[in-house]
Amino acid sequence: MKFGVVVFPGTWSDRDCGWVVDQVLGAHLQYLWHKDTDLKGCDCIIVPGGFAYGDYLRTGAIARFAPLMESIGEFADRGGLVWGICNGFQILCESGLLPGALIRNASLEYRCEWTNLVVERSDLPFTSQCDEREVIRVPISHGEGSYFADPATLSRLEQNGQVVFRYCDVEGRVRPSSNPNGSLHNIAGIVNSRGNVLGMMPHPERCAEAELGGTDGLKLFRSVMHSAAQVLTA
Amino acid sequence: MIARIVVVPKPVVNDPQGVTVRQGLASLGFGEVTDVRVGKYIEVRLDATSEREARERVDAMCSRLLANHVIEDYHFELEHERKGAMR
Repeated sequence: MKFGVVVFPGTWSDRDCGWVVDQVLGAHLQYLWHKDTDLKGCDCIIVPGGFAYGDYLRTGAIARFAPLMESIGEFADRGGLVWGICNGFQILCESGLLPGALIRNASLEYRCEWTNLVVERSDLPFTSQCDEREVIRVPISHGEGSYFADPATLSRLEQNGQVVFRYCDVEGRVRPSSNPNGSLHNIAGIVNSRGNVLGMMPHPERCAEAELGGTDGLKLFRSVMHSAAQVLTA
Repeated sequence: MIARIVVVPKPVVNDPQGVTVRQGLASLGFGEVTDVRVGKYIEVRLDATSEREARERVDAMCSRLLANHVIEDYHFELEHERKGAMR
C-alpha cells in the first residue's frame, strides 16, 4: 500500500500526513511535487492542508492548474483513491472533482479547535473501520471551510448519501451550535458519487496518536489501508 | 486594452464580510444602508485586435479562473489605452 502526499508551494500538512503514513501506519510514503505528472504507482493520493500558492485569488484556484492535478484527475476517473484534507478539499472542489465550494467561515474567524463528526457512511474505503453513525473527534484549522453548494447540488448530495461527515455534538446530534463555520447542512466532508474521492475540512492526520490528544483520525488511514489490502487479495 | 473586472459573491451565497461591513456602516450612522456585498476588483491589461476579441478572451478568463461560478458572479468593462500613454 503506497500513499502519495502532494506538495505545493505553501502546503503545510504534508509532513504531518507523511508522518502518519510512514511512522504510525507503517505504509509506503511517496511525496509528490506539484510540477511532476507521475503518480509513481501510489494507491491513494492525499492532497493535504495548507495554503497552496498562497491561496491567491481563491483557495485552491491556482493549485488546480498544477501539472500533477491533471494526473490526479485521470487517476480519480480510473477509480483511484483521492483524499483531500482542508486546503486539499478546497482544491478538489475548485478542480471539479467534488461539487460545491468552501467559502469564508460565517464567523469571519480562523477556527482552530476540536470538532465532533458523525460518520454517515462507513461503507467507503476511507471510513470502513468506523462504525455506522460513529462520532469521531477531529480538529479543524481553517478560515474558509464553510461548505456551499446550490440547492439542487445539495439535495443531490443528500439523496445519494454523499455527505460523509457532519459537524455534531458529542452525542452525534447535528445542531447549529455544533457547526463551527456555517457549512450548509453542517457538512464537514463529502465524497463523489463513485465513492473514490473524499474531501473533508477536519484534519485526521492531527489526531492519529494519543500524544496529540486523540487517535480517531487514524481510523480513516487504517480504513484506506484495509480497503487496499482487500483489493489486493480479491 | 484594459479589462476592469468585478467579481462578487452570488446573491444566494452568505457573505459574512458584507454583513459585518454593513453593521460597521450602521454603527457610523449610515442607517440607510440595506445591504453590502464584498467582492474583488481585478484589472487585466491585454493585447487584442478588436473589442469583440478582447471581450471573448476576458470572458473566458473569468469563467476559467478569475471567478468561481459556484459562488461568484462577474462583470467587466473594457477600456482602450492610447498608444504610448504613460502606464
